[in-house]
Amino acid sequence: MVPITTLHYLVVAAALFVLGVIGVLTRRNVVIVLMSIELILNAVNLNLVAFSRLYGLHGQIFAIFVITDAAAEAAVGLGILIAFFRNKETVNVDEVDLLKW
Amino acid sequence: MQPVATTFFFYFLSAVTVISGIAVITRRNPVHSALALIVALLGQAGLYLMLYAPFVAGVQIILYAGGIMVLFLFVIMLVNIERAQKEEQFNKQWIVGIVAALALGVLFVLVYMKGKGLFPQTVAQLPEGENTQGIAMLLYRDYMFAFEIASLLLLVAIIGAVVMAKKRI
Repeated sequence: MVPITTLHYLVVAAALFVLGVIGVLTRRNVVIVLMSIELILNAVNLNLVAFSRLYGLHGQIFAIFVITDAAAEAAVGLGILIAFFRNKETVNVDEVDLLKW
Repeated sequence: MQPVATTFFFYFLSAVTVISGIAVITRRNPVHSALALIVALLGQAGLYLMLYAPFVAGVQIILYAGGIMVLFLFVIMLVNIERAQKEEQFNKQWIVGIVAALALGVLFVLVYMKGKGLFPQTVAQLPEGENTQGIAMLLYRDYMFAFEIASLLLLVAIIGAVVMAKKRI
């Protein structure tokens, strides 16, 4: 049986990253686009923690900072979504075109 | 003789995470997507545990699956999802999006195949049982400035979210 190496974790992280990119590029619902961004950030975190197994704890520190950024990004993004929904009654990304007059 | 349980748990948790990730981007109901994302985050916390990172796994469960996902579910309940469910779920550029994402995936695989020798494939034995202590020493001593900047970032995010979501200031 093949032992589990760092490469296995990197492949899982790459799969999650690609899934997140597909979600960002194809979905119309803003909430699901934000969730796909969370998937992308989690894929990066998995890479950082997998490499921290080889090179010391610094990767885990970076993962914690990425989680902090994800919390801030989710709060601001959902605030923008609520403000936009109050003005235009839609949650679709391709209808967010107020600047395109 | 390799232990079998490690291999089994790795493939089990990876399958849970990736299948839930697929469910996140394909479900029509945003609530189902959010629940699938919670399962994906829990599976990933299990992967962190397998990588001997119990502190990050705990932070993942408490902060992500507990905090951020509650925020998501709250906003899903606030916006009108009945009308959004009846509409088309994918935008017009979905073919281009999938092709671009798959090209990115092929690029990842090529880079991993070529660059496999750049990092050691045998796992270094870090001292176990001192994970949280080590993170605390790094976070409060070596990364002190970045830690303070992170707190400032959270303050800005709180103010921004309140300003954005409030009707009139």
